Amino acid sequence: MRLFVSSCLTLILAAAIGLGATWLTLTRGVAFGAMTVGAWTAWPKTGSVDIDPYARATIARTGALPIGVGDGVAFFARTDDAGNALDGRCTFLVSGATPAARYWTVTLYDARGQLVANTIDRHGFTSAEVVRDTGGNVIITVAPRARPGNWLPSGGVEQFVLVWRLYDTPIGVASLTTKEGPMPIIVRTGCS
Amino acid sequence: MTRIALWVLGALLLGGIVHLSTVLAMPTAATLDAYSRLSQRTPVNAVVPLPAASGQDATMPFMDPAFAVAVCRYDLSAGTLKLHAPLSQAYTSVTFYTRNSVAYYAINDRAAGRRAIDLDLMTPEQRAQVPEEEDVTAADRLIIESPTQSGLIVLRALAPEPSLMAMARRALANAQCRIEPLPTQ
Repeated sequence: MRLFVSSCLTLILAAAIGLGATWLTLTRGVAFGAMTVGAWTAWPKTGSVDIDPYARATIARTGALPIGVGDGVAFFARTDDAGNALDGRCTFLVSGATPAARYWTVTLYDARGQLVANTIDRHGFTSAEVVRDTGGNVIITVAPRARPGNWLPSGGVEQFVLVWRLYDTPIGVASLTTKEGPMPIIVRTGCS
Repeated sequence: MTRIALWVLGALLLGGIVHLSTVLAMPTAATLDAYSRLSQRTPVNAVVPLPAASGQDATMPFMDPAFAVAVCRYDLSAGTLKLHAPLSQAYTSVTFYTRNSVAYYAINDRAAGRRAIDLDLMTPEQRAQVPEEEDVTAADRLIIESPTQSGLIVLRALAPEPSLMAMARRALANAQCRIEPLPTQ
């Protein structure tokens, strides 16, 4: 009897551990070969046949189609440079030099990867349309209410994700070093 | 005490096995992956433009809204596939995904170097049947091998400014993918 109870408990514990670990890794988006520059992280291998099992499982579960390595590379940011979560009720400045690429786009999503509805129908910028300062640097203000300059509305969502996509870029293809940046820095300037 | 520790150790090992097998099984078990989502709204072996991503109703998460997107959901069981994608003025790319959303090949307009991206898609078995001399004479013929019989070709054309989205969509509207029936032997 004691053996039976112990076996049952062990099996239940095993199922809880196994499924819990799977759920945790897939919802957190665990993958190998991460390339981190400041607040930004990219997984270039996810866009190739060298994709690891965790990334495969994640894209199968979410329905996303990763950007192919021959196309470009996508950097994701869920926090600012100081580690604060990207909260749509706060104001963030995204500024600095942009990496080498023929084109880039920056897009704001909610935590599930959907665009955030807003009155001016703006979800991001491309390298061709963004306004630069005299030094050629980019300053984008992510805020719930209208701002002058490059305003990216965050719609007041609890958590948003910024994705910086570089198209036709040498980054991520040749090597996996973090010196290839620089990526823009993200700074929180205040919360309403 | 030792006995409890052994049971817990067994549970940990078993839990590890459960974890690994569920992760590995996920791509085949998932019902909401990109291919399944698109199979409800796209015909097979035809280029279909996807509606512009906006708000909560995007076909797939994390789509780049600066791009016009068209999809060819292919099935190579009846023959090889010919893809023709005219280039837009800005940036055009074509990415090939297996049935399980693994991006196995991507090419952009600069790598294609012409006015259009033209290529043939076939399975390794069909590739082996292509006559040798034909393969050599058509040196500029780009042949891609698909690891799976079915999959997705995603065509993307950049609209550098929102006003150029119509231009990007027009460029993709002329894209084609069609099956070339296998030669009867």
